[in-house]
Amino acid sequence: MRMSELTRADVAHLAGLARIELSDDELDKMVGELGIILESVATVQNAPIDDVAPMSHPMPLVNVTRPDEVRPSLSPEAALSGAPEQDQQRFSVPRILDED
Amino acid sequence: MTNELITASAADLAARLAAREISSAELTQACLDRTAAVDGVVHSYLHVDAEGALAAARAIDERRAARESLPTLAGVPIAVKDVMTTKGLPTTCGSKILEGWIPPYDSTVVTRLKAAGMPILGKTNLDEFAMGSSTEHSAYGPSRNPWDLDRIPGGSGGGSSSVIASFQAPLATGTDTGGSIRQPAAVTGTVGTKPTYGGVSRYGLVALASSLDQAGPCARTVLDTALLHEVMAGHDPMDSTSIDAPVPAVVEAARRADVSGMKIGIIRELTGDGFQAGVQQRFDESVQHLVDAGAEVVEVSCPSFTYALAAYYLILPSEASSNLAKFDAMRYGLRVAPHGIDDPSAEQVMAATRDAGFGDEVKRRIILGTYALSSGYYDAYYGSAQKVRRLIADDFTRAFEAADVLVSPTAPTTAFAFGDKIDDPMAMYLNDIATIPANLAGVPGMSLPSGLAPEDGLPVGFQILAPAMQDQRLYAVGAALEARLLSAWGAPLLHSAPDLTAAGKGA
Repeated sequence: MRMSELTRADVAHLAGLARIELSDDELDKMVGELGIILESVATVQNAPIDDVAPMSHPMPLVNVTRPDEVRPSLSPEAALSGAPEQDQQRFSVPRILDED
Repeated sequence: MTNELITASAADLAARLAAREISSAELTQACLDRTAAVDGVVHSYLHVDAEGALAAARAIDERRAARESLPTLAGVPIAVKDVMTTKGLPTTCGSKILEGWIPPYDSTVVTRLKAAGMPILGKTNLDEFAMGSSTEHSAYGPSRNPWDLDRIPGGSGGGSSSVIASFQAPLATGTDTGGSIRQPAAVTGTVGTKPTYGGVSRYGLVALASSLDQAGPCARTVLDTALLHEVMAGHDPMDSTSIDAPVPAVVEAARRADVSGMKIGIIRELTGDGFQAGVQQRFDESVQHLVDAGAEVVEVSCPSFTYALAAYYLILPSEASSNLAKFDAMRYGLRVAPHGIDDPSAEQVMAATRDAGFGDEVKRRIILGTYALSSGYYDAYYGSAQKVRRLIADDFTRAFEAADVLVSPTAPTTAFAFGDKIDDPMAMYLNDIATIPANLAGVPGMSLPSGLAPEDGLPVGFQILAPAMQDQRLYAVGAALEARLLSAWGAPLLHSAPDLTAAGKGA
């Protein structure tokens, strides 16, 4: 299957995975736009990439550690300063579980 | 220009500050006055911190009066791209999802600016989360090109390019994921550098694509760019990808401006077809200037660059979809309740918030990235893109065996008009065709002005690329070219830009 054959249902599914509640109008527009972009980016498959090692990062990544020492950090007030809602020095969030 | 302080170079201002001929408070006030006069039409800033900038300026003046030894740029004010966190100042990334957010910490770049004694004038506009080439994707409206207010100032860093091109600040910070420092510099007649990946800390820089993002300096001259580069760069334990090595000697290279015996490689795939006639013409003239300055020109081929745009628009959305997952309406930023649902779940609030808080381009890229990373398609698309990335890095390695630096026009055209490409994402993406390969490979790049295109009178950018950790070569070549162009022009290019105070009165 070619990527450019994305359907409206596919895009709605992807938007759900990305946790974006798209409106019907947005979905209609996005299907066409993504089709064009996907057709273009799919050309990576035409490059001579057989037996080429994938590269995820410009430099070889090494594990970086630091001494396990206490350093200054944000106060609870500072950490909560941008919270949409807070309660008892904690982030207050909507219910997590679905109702049956 | 009513006040020559606003047109002076940062190097000149730093010398006059050090000699106590001018004060930082006086200079900072001149910048703020200029903003009051022109930013109504240019719209470079999302937030101006007059009080904070003046307080920082007065503090530096006092320290200087006490004969304290100060860093070179102490007292020279700067504008900061609004994708870098600033403690106590709003940081929106050009997005509604972060409207009103005041970070509780400074990015390392901002910490370094403060340590260097540089007053922060304000936060500059950008395409939302740095996704775009025009600032038209900013949730707060576009910035305008000081050369023609109906045209784009480039993007994503169009606030930073326009703020220095309109003489509101001598210096600004930028970030470059696929050209967001270099393309805005090109279309506004200013200078900008994307350092080697890892050269400047990404701590506190709100991430777009972590393996591509790199912060760097924006200025009006090559030497000013080098001076700011030196302040911003250096190892940072807070960023695990930060390079633990001395900063390349960029200021020394800019001062020496020596290209004698250097081999300059013209990238065959990034010239000719697809480049505007006047862009190509100014590029060819600049190459001749470098030959006259003692450099040798060779042609190099980087055949995989043909696939760079496609690979980039798989890798970037993939990383962005992951990075932007943190905007979940729970800990900071916007929270929106979905319509018509009593007692919504966290997931429903999250989805409603992300729909309301993100703009079209951000949603497009998140969904594209989600697709490219989904099982069944990962190998074919993200996997293939990563292999193309390797081919591009290999092309650079081979090219740098034949040449010390590589050159090309920075962007295929001069500044385009607002609205020209907004409904055609692929046309917008093509702007970055010459800048993207450097980000994929992690090598440093600079853009500096090479003149005005004869057909439209708008600035053209000249791009220089160097091997990783050889950033100083950009400055040697850039400064040599700048000196020759300057003597050919008789005055800096920006001096022929229109008078914005006249435009302001007319608006």
